[in-house]
Amino acid sequence: MADRATFTDQAMQYMPQLYAAAVRMTRNPADAEDLVQETYLKAYRSFATFEEGSNLRAWLYRILTNTFINRYRAKQRRPDETELDDVEDLYLYRRIGGLEAALASRSAEDQLMDLFTDDEVKHALEVLPESFRLPVLLADVEGFSYKEIAEMMEIPIGTVMSRLHRGRKAMHKQLYDFAVLRGLVEAPTEVPAATATAARTER
Amino acid sequence: MGDCNETLRELERFLDQELASDARHAVQNHLDACLDCLSAFDFHAELKIVISEKLRHEQVPDGLRARIEQCFGELTDDD
Repeated sequence: MADRATFTDQAMQYMPQLYAAAVRMTRNPADAEDLVQETYLKAYRSFATFEEGSNLRAWLYRILTNTFINRYRAKQRRPDETELDDVEDLYLYRRIGGLEAALASRSAEDQLMDLFTDDEVKHALEVLPESFRLPVLLADVEGFSYKEIAEMMEIPIGTVMSRLHRGRKAMHKQLYDFAVLRGLVEAPTEVPAATATAARTER
Repeated sequence: MGDCNETLRELERFLDQELASDARHAVQNHLDACLDCLSAFDFHAELKIVISEKLRHEQVPDGLRARIEQCFGELTDDD
């Protein structure tokens, strides 16, 4: 990259999204500020190694992720790989996937948007152990590819995929528990998948 | 055209746009003919959008940008 002024201009545009990701990672605004600041300092110092024309945003997220892992992993006592309960596939869909059929005038997206509050969705992600939280955040919020996430976290692509799969299911189960808690859906009884599907197909 | 189980197994890779074109077409062909699977794929596509939308915004603290830029300035002075 040509010069530091250009770097600053181009890199700082990503600051709000890096900050939001940092809050999701650290689960704490003060730590998130430190993390973002440290990320930009590292980026600024090593911007000569950034290949012009490659993806600046991915490069910054790689530094952010690395910094977070190195700085906060030491603090974490729990080795969290086994800490997630196994959740059946399509857990949330089998339980609330039929909801939108009841209100055909509204899109499922609008319904889901209203069904869960921002805080509930944040909480559902933030309770995931770090090794699951990071891939879900990087894929579902930031839109990075499996390969990019594997590079950022320095783990194999297969590991990215399995953690994403388990992390998403755990997050969906947490969302369902919130919906039950607020009385938005009935407490778990039998799975209403067949009914839901039948109602859907009539649209 | 693959069966429902095969198709649902590819749900995440499909929505994540990680399937090679052959596999992608196989899933697409199945979805064109199977409303049950299409409904499951739709739901997860929409859920993904909702989750992303609700997690991407955070109020940046006052002064964070200025603090970062000040650090840049100090580093430059050190050169």
